[in-house]
Amino acid sequence: MPGDSRTQGSLLESLRVQRRVINALFLREIMTRYGRHNIGFLWLFVEPMLFTLGVTLLWSTLRVGHGSALPIVPFAITGYSAVLLWRNMPARCIGAVYPNLSLMYHRNVKVMDIYLSRLLLEGMGATMSFITLSLIFISIGWMEPPEDIMQVIGGWLMLAWFGASLAIFLGALSEQTELIEKFWHPTAYLLFPLSGAGFIVDAVPKGFQHFVLYLPMIHGVEFIRDGFFGSKFVAHYDMGYMACVNLGLTLFALAQTAKIAKKVIPE
Amino acid sequence: MIRLTDVSKYYPTRRGPARILDKVNLTISPGERIGILGRNGAGKSTLIRLIGGAEQPSSGHVERHMTASWPLAFSGAFSNGLTGYDNLRFICRMYGVDPADHEQSVQDFSELGVYLREPVRNYSAGMRSRLAFAISMTIEFDCFLIDEVISVGDARFREKCHYELFEKRSDRAMVIVSHDPGYIREHCQRAAVLSGGQIHHFDTMDEAYDFYLAHLAE
Repeated sequence: MPGDSRTQGSLLESLRVQRRVINALFLREIMTRYGRHNIGFLWLFVEPMLFTLGVTLLWSTLRVGHGSALPIVPFAITGYSAVLLWRNMPARCIGAVYPNLSLMYHRNVKVMDIYLSRLLLEGMGATMSFITLSLIFISIGWMEPPEDIMQVIGGWLMLAWFGASLAIFLGALSEQTELIEKFWHPTAYLLFPLSGAGFIVDAVPKGFQHFVLYLPMIHGVEFIRDGFFGSKFVAHYDMGYMACVNLGLTLFALAQTAKIAKKVIPE
Repeated sequence: MIRLTDVSKYYPTRRGPARILDKVNLTISPGERIGILGRNGAGKSTLIRLIGGAEQPSSGHVERHMTASWPLAFSGAFSNGLTGYDNLRFICRMYGVDPADHEQSVQDFSELGVYLREPVRNYSAGMRSRLAFAISMTIEFDCFLIDEVISVGDARFREKCHYELFEKRSDRAMVIVSHDPGYIREHCQRAAVLSGGQIHHFDTMDEAYDFYLAHLAE
């Protein structure tokens, strides 16, 4: 039924409307960002792919990885793909409401839908880039297939959950204070070298391992690498800790979104 | 039926919250056409957004037992980078309607020709309004919310709009907000006046008209 209300009616009906709205927003976002020019929406994963490819080649040449017996190609691909996943999601959600204010004239468009559609797009791009690059490098023999594919998928989903909940929390918080926008970029930049993208925890001096393991994304990266080439190094992770952080962030994200949703004024 | 009960709305300002609407009560029955008069800044647009559910009241309740449109003939709800056609597709997807069924009618009604496939950024103001109105007519609602006079295009186009909205859809409820009493008188059965955040209801059009004019002079 066109024009149905989300506030009145069953939960199932609400979910149906929300799925429709997110789908519409998602496709609109693809058209707005990539349009119909040259390769169009393929940029969605070609762009992150180029990043990862560049970093992989650079690291392979420079032999980053602390001179250990680490397979450098899967090390670089897992590390940099993971960064793309958790770093780009918040960037897309911070300040996301303002350019979409005119859409809020449509009752069924909620702040959360705007975030979810953008996160879906970002997550898909990073995932397709990760998969495509892995397949290419495996097929040309630069790296071995993952030792445990389910573990890789599990770790990837945990990182996506972390990225998404952090993104929604920061996005919703940025509607309340401009400081978020100002501080996120330097923070993300500083977190990058600490996030486990360019090192494995085992190579960190024993005294500092304890500190870097406070960063939740490191657990995800280590978990993914354990699934990829776990027989080649000692992985350090605590997925229970990461799940707790993710859950906490999710609750904060939901609370903050509910708080700002009441105050949004369509343009 | 749509019912507003004791609806108040405040907006934050640097000097503390500003009261826009103060305990507004309003009932819209199926098929009823209500005009709401008010000067610039009286809270007309806020009221219509609250009726439509695009905004939430600071206090009070809005019950909606029939579907309400978004504020009509509003041209801002477009992505300027997208083509007119892509904007149509977005609205259709969002409301669960097949865009293919409506492409021809929007094409005919908006008279945009090849521009329907061009980015909205390149449209003139008139073209935007024509597209906005054409897209509004693709989704059916029980109650149409009309913000300000639909002053779209030339006389012939206005005639077409009038036919689409007031003749083809004469069975629907409508809420029309305007600062133009003539327009309200022409299209509505009863009128209310928004003044000082409060809504004043009147039984006849003339009473509303007199009250509004008296307050205009203040």
